[in-house]
Amino acid sequence: MYATRARNARPEPFTVHVGIAERLGFAHMDWPLTSAAVGLVAFSVFTLGQATTHDVPGSPHYYLDRQAIYAVLGIVGMLLLTRIDYSRFRELRVGLYTFLCASVALVFVFGFAARGSRRAFELPFFSFQPSELGKLLLVLALAGFVIDGARRGSAVQRTVRYLCLGLAPAALVFLQPDLGTSLVLGVATLGVMYFGGVPWTHFAVIGAGIAGLIALVLVVAPAVGHPVLKGYQAERLTSFLNPHEHERGAAYQQNQSVVAIGSGQGTGRGNKATQTRLDFVPERSTDFIFAVIGERYGFVGAAFVLSLYALLFWRALRITTLSKNSYGTLVAGGIAVSLLFQTFVNVGMNLGIMPITGIPLPLISYGGSSVLATLLAVGVLQSINVQAHRGQRGRFAW
Amino acid sequence: MYLRNDQRPQGSRLALRVAVLGGLAVALFGVLFFRLWNLQILSGEKYLAEAKNNRTRSFKVIPPRGEILGREGKVLVDNRSALALQVNTAKLPEDPAEARAELGRIGALVHMSLRQVQRKIREEEEIAAGAPVTLRQDVGFDLVAYIEENQPRFPGVAVQRVFVRHYLHGTLAAHVLGSVGEISEEELEEARNKGLEPGEMVGKGGVEATYNEYLRGRPGLTKIQVNALGEPTPGGRLVEVPPTPGENLKLTIDPGVQEAGERALAEKGLPGGFITMNVENGQILGLGSFPTFEPAELIPPMTQAQVNALYRSESAPLLDRATEGEYPTGSAFKIITALAALENGVITPSTTIDDPGQLCLGRECFENAEGASYGPLTLVPALQVSDDVFFYTLGLDMWKTNDLQEWAHELGIGRPSGIDVPVNTNGLLPSRQWRDQLFKEGETERPWSAGDNIQLATGQGDLQTNPLQMAVAYAALGNGGKIVTPHLGMEIEDAAGRVLKEFDPPIRRTVHIDPAYRSAILEGLHEAAQTPGGTSDPVFGNFPIPVAGKTGTAERPGHADQSWYCILAPYPNPRIVTCVTIEEGGFGAQAAAPAAHTILEAYFHNQLEKEAANGNGEGEGHG
Repeated sequence: MYATRARNARPEPFTVHVGIAERLGFAHMDWPLTSAAVGLVAFSVFTLGQATTHDVPGSPHYYLDRQAIYAVLGIVGMLLLTRIDYSRFRELRVGLYTFLCASVALVFVFGFAARGSRRAFELPFFSFQPSELGKLLLVLALAGFVIDGARRGSAVQRTVRYLCLGLAPAALVFLQPDLGTSLVLGVATLGVMYFGGVPWTHFAVIGAGIAGLIALVLVVAPAVGHPVLKGYQAERLTSFLNPHEHERGAAYQQNQSVVAIGSGQGTGRGNKATQTRLDFVPERSTDFIFAVIGERYGFVGAAFVLSLYALLFWRALRITTLSKNSYGTLVAGGIAVSLLFQTFVNVGMNLGIMPITGIPLPLISYGGSSVLATLLAVGVLQSINVQAHRGQRGRFAW
Repeated sequence: MYLRNDQRPQGSRLALRVAVLGGLAVALFGVLFFRLWNLQILSGEKYLAEAKNNRTRSFKVIPPRGEILGREGKVLVDNRSALALQVNTAKLPEDPAEARAELGRIGALVHMSLRQVQRKIREEEEIAAGAPVTLRQDVGFDLVAYIEENQPRFPGVAVQRVFVRHYLHGTLAAHVLGSVGEISEEELEEARNKGLEPGEMVGKGGVEATYNEYLRGRPGLTKIQVNALGEPTPGGRLVEVPPTPGENLKLTIDPGVQEAGERALAEKGLPGGFITMNVENGQILGLGSFPTFEPAELIPPMTQAQVNALYRSESAPLLDRATEGEYPTGSAFKIITALAALENGVITPSTTIDDPGQLCLGRECFENAEGASYGPLTLVPALQVSDDVFFYTLGLDMWKTNDLQEWAHELGIGRPSGIDVPVNTNGLLPSRQWRDQLFKEGETERPWSAGDNIQLATGQGDLQTNPLQMAVAYAALGNGGKIVTPHLGMEIEDAAGRVLKEFDPPIRRTVHIDPAYRSAILEGLHEAAQTPGGTSDPVFGNFPIPVAGKTGTAERPGHADQSWYCILAPYPNPRIVTCVTIEEGGFGAQAAAPAAHTILEAYFHNQLEKEAANGNGEGEGHG
């Protein structure tokens, strides 16, 4: 650790030798976290480069080039955020929250529709999906609100307030309709609340409420003739429970994904992969990219990727405990929980044990908004880490 | 509350939450790793097999059907490739309403109602579930282009290149050839179709049906790699078993004779049939029926107008009147009466019978045609002028015995001929046993009488036969007693023309005919055809080849007289027999004999040319 080295050296303050990393502000970055994030995004570029050469006729590197650009932009953004004291975001919470809600709402007006869902703005070089960045913005703003209102009202009032703040943008996103992202926003809200010290009993009640809501949405509402979910959404959500019932429907896709991953066996089929190469698995560059990895690189590749996620989550969780202030803990916690949720739901979907929700695999799935937003979130984690160590250094060295 | 932002969070409460979340994360990652291990390591082989199976599709490659040739190798039927519109029901939209809408759209393009399309699909699904359903066999290129341009609107609809029969000579030999169609459920169960699968094409009727096993060939198999939409992927050809094309069938049909016969019938414009056959071996040189049809019209889909014209028309164009007609023959039958009488000792060639103009049996009198009266006659002049009373007398003489029926039966009247195309009827040879049985059952008002036998002796009454059976009987007279097996199939050849198999069906049976009787009857027929006063002398008198022919003018209740003519040529050692019948054609010499003349002209024209080309006669028929 840099801190340790500095401590051992015990230089005089005015003769401090400031290294290049220090000058750039990267000195106290969490390198395992960086490695995991960069490793994942690099693996994404590598996989897309191999698996999507025939997807866009005439431009074999379509996905490769774009994902590489997003990755570079995201890493630059991550490094920039590393240098900024994340605590500023707490002061900007109202602005961030307003921007979040406004951008999500504006999609309804200016967004373009893809597959029946309005969720992105069409920009000159790529389409920007505000709800992806919204995951980070919500965590940053909500953590601020939680700290801010920590002493106002009763515990129940606070819990209800947090829920309302978090679920408002989630509801907007749900209406786009984008079930996956709205779930991530909801889980990020719960994550911030969890680290914000909301009592366990409240979580128990919330859990019961979610269970009731699921029952209502999937069973009761359709039964009384007012379905909340669109037919394909409900089918996707439930079909994984009985995969052989819908051979041609949503479960078909998931079956194909399971077959793809299984057929990869220990070391993968490489370019002989057929399931993901010949379109049996849908959305192979986005939602089902884990199936590509499983088929092409086998257990070795897939387990490697999962290990990187485990590393990523571990470092994020560790940073919650290192943070110099509660805001940092809440932000890191929110980010960690949403990353864990996205990873588990997406990989679980690929493995046929979770429903199809349209949640991309962080850092691996193709898509500028998602890659960028996740790398920025990692940048925020780095900033928390850096600030924590600066604080320590201040105590020990300065 | 541990939240005080100016401080780091309080240790223990945060640590508990972090630990709980960490534990949850370990559990979740554990689930993912375990599932991954399960799928890839424990069950990997199963999934690999499934993946490999997933990406291949087997296509049956239907071979082109063998060609059908005339006896000199002239191609009568070959194949052309056509574009068939197929629907793969597994790929239709899942939503029933959408699927219906699509079927409606596609139906409109091929002039079928939604109901028709659905019925077609239902029918095909019953036979072969899951196989693509061919909606229409022969679609135009503009339709194909339209569907390809609008492929997204027609998921599951594809155009397949298929082979379709191509009839090079229009209606020529239509009744002989038969047609080709998808095998039906009943046909699948027949023994001769063992190994065939639903959707395969088989011959329907005619030689297409009889020689199907040679003509159909063996389907090939292509296994190709496909993507999830079932589309072939580049370079994805995995296994290929090439199809074996069908073998060619060479018929005994002489296209020149066939064409002449059909032309002769068509010129008359009346329903009828003809057959020309080699008397020695039963090879059929020409076999036709009028009205005829375009075999190409039987290729699905047929319009309602075509169905009506072919299946529901009064004139029944699909009926082969030469093999399946059921007519009395009139005097053409007299050679059988003569043979029976001679062989049973009722008369000898020199026996004289007086013809007073009629033969009366109690109150019932049988008169000569046109009220003629020829006085005392022997057999030869009786045949020459076709004297009815002479043969009435023979019929009367044989009415108590079964002699006439036995001889007619031996010669093939009213029984299967063994011809190699499906024939649905054997006609009827009236006999004492037959009528007495009917009488016992109350189906007729009287038992067998002398009058019945008198009628039969001149080919009248209840007799029902056709040119095919008559030709076999005449051939037996011509060849001295051999009952040949009439047949159309001559050889099976491979594509290079090498003979793989020859068809030479054996003589079915032999009838003992005294050569003296045979030559007496033939002489009578020759006199009838080519001496002044003979019944068909006006037609054949000037024919350069000596012939022996007999007219027939049959009374058919409810119809004008049926015209018949059977002829053996050359006389006295005939090589071929031709029998022609024309419904409502009047006297034999009026309609049928001129048609036979046209056919013989064509035959001998060919023969003479060939013999000239070979520089030597075949010797065989010229005695």
